[in-house]
Amino acid sequence: MAELRASAARLLVVDDNKVNRLLLSRSVEMLGHRAVLAENGRVALEMLRRESFDLLLLDIEMPEMDGFQVLEHMLADRQLRDLPVIVTSSLEGLENVVRCIELGAEDYLPKPVNPVLLKARIGASLEKKRLRDQQKELVRRFATSEVAQDLQQSGFTLGGKRVHASVMFSDIRGFTTLVESQPPEETIELLNTYYTLMFDAISSHGGVVNQMIGDGLMALFGAPLPLDDCAGSAVAAALEMIALIEQFNLERSAAQKPTIRIGIGIATGDVVAGYTGTQQRATYTCIGDTVNLAARLEAHTKSVQRAILIDAATRHGLRAGVQLIALGDVLFKGKAGAASVYAVVQDSA
Amino acid sequence: MADAIIDLATFKELQDTAGADFVIELVDTFLQEAPLMLAELHSALAAGDADKFRRAAHSFKSNSHTFGAMTLGAMARELEHKGLDYARQPEAGASNALDALAQEYSRVAARLTGLCNG
Repeated sequence: MAELRASAARLLVVDDNKVNRLLLSRSVEMLGHRAVLAENGRVALEMLRRESFDLLLLDIEMPEMDGFQVLEHMLADRQLRDLPVIVTSSLEGLENVVRCIELGAEDYLPKPVNPVLLKARIGASLEKKRLRDQQKELVRRFATSEVAQDLQQSGFTLGGKRVHASVMFSDIRGFTTLVESQPPEETIELLNTYYTLMFDAISSHGGVVNQMIGDGLMALFGAPLPLDDCAGSAVAAALEMIALIEQFNLERSAAQKPTIRIGIGIATGDVVAGYTGTQQRATYTCIGDTVNLAARLEAHTKSVQRAILIDAATRHGLRAGVQLIALGDVLFKGKAGAASVYAVVQDSA
Repeated sequence: MADAIIDLATFKELQDTAGADFVIELVDTFLQEAPLMLAELHSALAAGDADKFRRAAHSFKSNSHTFGAMTLGAMARELEHKGLDYARQPEAGASNALDALAQEYSRVAARLTGLCNG
């Protein structure tokens, strides 16, 4: 049968007893799903870490590694924690059922398994998994995987923590003029390409884009997950962003379209990073002087006609090899003291 | 009781839900596996391996219930729960308890074979 039904799921049936394995896989296949078999907990865990499954039917009494141990391992493994498990066992005693549920099992079916009950439980568990996958996908699309991971690990709480990070602001120069000169569809397409390129450059250097506003974006290096060399990573990302834009401009020129230029500001220091907003709607962001300074530096790229500007703390964090031009001290609006500003020069290769 | 060896309602239900042909295959598998489980019970008892003994009895119980072999299932359940000490008791007679299980299994095997061919 080449074409499987859309609802067909892939189940791992774990049981040390051959008769049970056969019967369970038969029941699963009669429901239109596919069954893969494992004869004990250790084998099952190896398969779970190697392949992807939608649901686990797990026996408890097994040699080498029993079902309780499998549940414990899965609970401790972020990749496996959300995989639904239905325990099927002829182990008696309420305390065993309770223990399975406490270890994260979705349900407990006594053997011999009633096929009608099995069908209902499999259906319900798969539906729950589908909803959970959908939710994860939403979080992934609207937050970064780092933020999603942070949320999964530590849960959602408003409020921040102090971290050392580099903050980057970037936007497209003369964007308003550009928007007025072309149809809106083209602007959306341009923005999509632009964001794709910028996201690639930023995430490949360990950064996280946490805000997009019009043609501008804000990225964090060192939050929510710490980064060894946040300043160096941010500057490397900025250089790659400029290089990607230059490449993109070659394509645009060839297509007789106006080219674009971007300006990037980077500042490094302690920031308060966390979720701001309300319980219903919140974003992961950073606040503090460092953030303001990065925004000012980005705006300043226009005045000095430079693509990348950084502050003294970012410069301090850089390894040798990055070419810089000192632009002296600049007094930014809203700042008490003057800040030393450096332009990062691209390799004129 | 007409048939205490195999509960026919349970067996019929198994055939209805899994398919009669599949049940033949399943019985076949059980008839291959059961002697191994009996041997495992004997060796676990000899070695004093309580875990292995309990697991083998547990499997035996589970399979017996699947086919509706209620008496056999109950005997295996006794062994599972009471363990080595129960099997070792002189009055029960360790080998006697296992022998009784083996004898009941022979009856079950014959009946299951008959049911599959009938």
